[in-house]
Amino acid sequence: MEKAQVSKNETKPLKNYVDINPQKKVATRAAFGKALVSVGENNQNIVVLDADLSVSTKSSLFAEKFPDRFFEMGIAESNMIGTAAGLALSGKIPYLCSFGCFVAGRFETIRISIAYNQVNCRIIGTHAGIGIGEDGYTQMALEDMALMRSLPGMGVLQPADDIETQRMIEFLSNHHQGPVYVRLTRQALPQLFNQQYVFEYGKGVILEEGKDIALVATGGVVHPAYEAAQKLKEKGYTSSVVNIHTIKPLDETLIQSLAHSHQWMFTIEDHTIMGGLGSAVSEVLAGTQNHAVLSRIGIQDIYGESGTPEALYEKYGLSTAKIVEHILRQLES
Amino acid sequence: MATSLSPELHQKLSETARALRMLSLQMITEAQSGHPGGSLSAADLVTVLFFHYMTHNPHEPHWPERDRFVLSKGHGVPVVYAALAKCGYFPEEELMTLRKINSRLQGHPDHVRLPFMETSSGSLGQGLSIAQGMAMAAKLDQKKYKTYCLLGDGETQEGQIWEAAMSAPKYQLDNLIAILDFNKGQIDGYTEDVMNLSPLKAKWEAFNWEVQEIDGHDLHQIFAALNHAQISRKKPHMIIAHTIKGKGVSFMEDNIDWHGKSPSLKERDQAIEELRRH
Ligand SMILES: Cc1ncc(C[n+]2csc(CCOP(=O)(O)OP(=O)(O)O)c2C)c(N)n1
Repeated sequence: MEKAQVSKNETKPLKNYVDINPQKKVATRAAFGKALVSVGENNQNIVVLDADLSVSTKSSLFAEKFPDRFFEMGIAESNMIGTAAGLALSGKIPYLCSFGCFVAGRFETIRISIAYNQVNCRIIGTHAGIGIGEDGYTQMALEDMALMRSLPGMGVLQPADDIETQRMIEFLSNHHQGPVYVRLTRQALPQLFNQQYVFEYGKGVILEEGKDIALVATGGVVHPAYEAAQKLKEKGYTSSVVNIHTIKPLDETLIQSLAHSHQWMFTIEDHTIMGGLGSAVSEVLAGTQNHAVLSRIGIQDIYGESGTPEALYEKYGLSTAKIVEHILRQLES
Repeated sequence: MATSLSPELHQKLSETARALRMLSLQMITEAQSGHPGGSLSAADLVTVLFFHYMTHNPHEPHWPERDRFVLSKGHGVPVVYAALAKCGYFPEEELMTLRKINSRLQGHPDHVRLPFMETSSGSLGQGLSIAQGMAMAAKLDQKKYKTYCLLGDGETQEGQIWEAAMSAPKYQLDNLIAILDFNKGQIDGYTEDVMNLSPLKAKWEAFNWEVQEIDGHDLHQIFAALNHAQISRKKPHMIIAHTIKGKGVSFMEDNIDWHGKSPSLKERDQAIEELRRH
């Protein structure tokens, strides 16, 4: 492969729709449920399946509105995955919903029935990461991105706020071909964008520009990353903060550009550091020279546990304070 | 083993079941999250197993001859933690650490943190296969222990359950005793509406299991069914226990809303008061 020629000015200008408001919080699963009703209104090909978690994934909103296009499959995820593949092979656009751990857990069924067929299934995995809190490891999706990313042709998406989720679902319902996995949070996330937001598949979104550090985050930890950047200013470092809603296909141009214009780069994700965003970024940098020092913040090859989301983010290094601590340790080492 | 429960023993076990229900609700309220419905429905089954029927020793938890108990419906674990504490596996105070950070009492069983739980569970549908493996090991080692496996009714919608339903009779696992907490509810609604299981008894019989159907809140019937399951017919055993989700608390009984949420302090006090009076 040819080595990409990247210059500083390839970093895209700041978008006018960045509008951060920590007071306005919505869980991305709630945004999804709402969006699903709205796309279902206009597109008759949209069908929805759930496996006894519609109350939690919020697909129940679609079920109430369009009972004929909703299939309650019971606690039987493999059967749901195969059924969705059959519906997609027959021209429908199925959204199949459960907790991320339970859908991604049926990896081999997804691998053949959905991925290898390259069908238009939208696999929805809610309850991403240790951010779910008290239920503990068995209900946490912590390896789902790694699994889904390994499948050729599978898009891997994770929105970071309400409006981004809505626009993503509109895009997937009307303008996208091929299978995708969408990762959503149980917990409410602060607003990052206003109504002007435009979803661009495969593109990173710059929230703030700085000189020293590039913070590349996805999903529920984008806002903590943004807060960390503010704290780092007090220490004399400025940061570029980037939201990666498309983990695959990754915005390689942007990653390379950031890696060449900053001295340090940190990836931040509520997911194992093996195979998720951190790995995806490492894979891009592995083929380039003279790039920023990269460090991956995320779950460090360890199982999650029960606790409040706040206590878990503290213990596992994803709170704003712990992110700052990690970064300063790296910078000063 | 006696053929029926004496009135004294019946009285004692009812008291224990009541205590397990109270503790479950106290733990869940303290944690401000958890699954009351499926803990209360299973309380009588868990009581008879842990306080009378199973051979086990809290002072020697890894005793190789112990009967095995596999909680396949992992979210129902509060009632099992309560039973383990009451049996003396760990101090009762520890129950109030449920779901808190650094606790051994995870929201769903964690075998590594708390080895008294024979297996980790919480992803539904996996426990019956694990129990089957334990039953096979008993046969290989020529051990007398039995393996009990507690299943949720919604849980048996999982395909893996029916894979185990096929394989256990093949290996004539008469030492495997599955108990179905048939409380008729799951998350999205009544089991009947979500994905109907009936005819349940006929299904398990067709898969060649020795099936009994009982009232899962009648201690005599639970005891009798377990007795029956000790007799080998060269088949695995399935006890379909009809139960009520949220059993013992009027506002929780048969109410799907109480599948997976914590009572408020006031609701807890009301529930405890009802259980006390009952
Ligand atoms: C594989 C899997 N899918 C989904 C869930 C989420 N979940 C937890 S409890 C539950 C309902 C269980 O119903 P049932 O087995 O009848 O249990 P009970 O009514 O006794 O609580 C579901 C769907 C899960 N834990 N595992």
